[in-house]
Amino acid sequence: MTGLSNITLATLAKDLRLEWRSKDAINSMLFFSLLVVVIFSFVFNPTAEESRRIAGGLVWVAFLFAAVVALNQTWARELRNQVLDAYRISPAPANALFLAKALGNFIFVSVLELLMTPLFIVFYSLRAVGPAYQLPIVAVLGTWALVVNGTFFAAVSVRTRAREIMLPLLLFPISIPALTGMVEATSAILTGEYSARVWIALLVAYEVVFTIACLFLFETVLHAE
Amino acid sequence: MKRAFPILAIVTAALLSYGLYQALVAAPTDRMQGDVYRIIYYHVPSAWVAFLLFFLNFVASIQYLVRPKPVADRLANWVAIAIGVVLCVVPFVYRPLPGGMEPSALATTGLAITGIYFLIKKLFSELTVDALAVVTAEVGVVYCTIVLVTGPLWARPVWGIWWTWDMRLTSTLVLWLIYVSYLLLRKFSTGSQTPLLAAALAVFGALDVPLVYFSIWFFRTQHPQPVIGGGGSIDPRMLHVMLINLLAFLCFAGLVCWSRYRLEILQREVEETQALEALLDRRPR
Repeated sequence: MTGLSNITLATLAKDLRLEWRSKDAINSMLFFSLLVVVIFSFVFNPTAEESRRIAGGLVWVAFLFAAVVALNQTWARELRNQVLDAYRISPAPANALFLAKALGNFIFVSVLELLMTPLFIVFYSLRAVGPAYQLPIVAVLGTWALVVNGTFFAAVSVRTRAREIMLPLLLFPISIPALTGMVEATSAILTGEYSARVWIALLVAYEVVFTIACLFLFETVLHAE
Repeated sequence: MKRAFPILAIVTAALLSYGLYQALVAAPTDRMQGDVYRIIYYHVPSAWVAFLLFFLNFVASIQYLVRPKPVADRLANWVAIAIGVVLCVVPFVYRPLPGGMEPSALATTGLAITGIYFLIKKLFSELTVDALAVVTAEVGVVYCTIVLVTGPLWARPVWGIWWTWDMRLTSTLVLWLIYVSYLLLRKFSTGSQTPLLAAALAVFGALDVPLVYFSIWFFRTQHPQPVIGGGGSIDPRMLHVMLINLLAFLCFAGLVCWSRYRLEILQREVEETQALEALLDRRPR
């Protein structure tokens, strides 16, 4: 267990340091979701009433698309200098690597959300009518739901010919229930018209199922030859 | 085995034409919908066959993943047996069942799941089980496409709309999307890793199906919509025609899968031979 957490922490620290120095993923994600915010404001007319209704969907679609940018870099970064092959040969447990990558992506997307949320609030004059304390819960659950499968499928898509385009093609169909959960929970809290409990439960179920599935299958995918 | 192929082909052709006659001529006209309803004889059997094929794909993918590992293999065997036993016992103990389901229907389903699992295990080796996964996914997508095309064609005159985001329609569409992404993955990944990656995706897709179903169910209960269509019992004569067509479509799916399977095995043999020749540097003259 200590081996697992040591390797996880070391890999995570390495990824964070790399990102801190280059800021590749976070910059492109930030600018990308800023563009989505602006473009959506032209597509819909963001009056206060209307925007409250569509904001849940808008926010999560922006984060989903932006997260793909970070997710694509997760494993592509390791291809240079055959780092991924080195991981495969090393006796380190595959799941330690997976957890490190998933946590790293979780941190990147969370930072993005923290930076973008004020912007959304300003541009769409959002205000939660329902219980606002549930919003951070939904944010954490939603982010993990995106990131855990995203990290897994990034490891799958990095082995294919059309790497960058393959990830969303694999990830989006599988993520439909999670996306419904996040969007509906957020809309429920923002409009206060119904309870978000059911949707939070759905997100938790999704995460439990797919986190276990990822941990079971990641070793197979990493060593697939 | 190979001699059975033309026999199956003849039986399928006979069944399909008999089913067509029954569906278009012999079956009684629906009192409410008129003749339009006859598309049901293609829509519903296609849906059942598509779901069956996707289920076979899931079983084949699981077996491809677990077979090289003895512990996982044994675990999967016991899970398959447990599903059969639980579905045979629980529905008879805990009654009544939700949605007015028959306990015997659930028990049959359980036995079928266990039976199919071990049948595939017996019929297909570690290598060929992946070919089964490819074939069932491809043919399943075709059948699912038929469902998604005939559905709107039927809905337009009866409901007045082409499409509604109702539970069954949406979950079928999502299922179709998942399997199309499966086929894309198979197309875009190269080399010997393809079967493993695809099998992992198939497992994820199968895990996703209940979640999709529940999410849409919550979605629809929270956003009430006018109820369109509706249940009700079916005329026994219509059920008879439906079952004939189901049998015909099953045979047709089996036929297509079989020839596609043979093609896949041949292709693999050709690839292996080519690789061997390249290795030995003995080019055919």
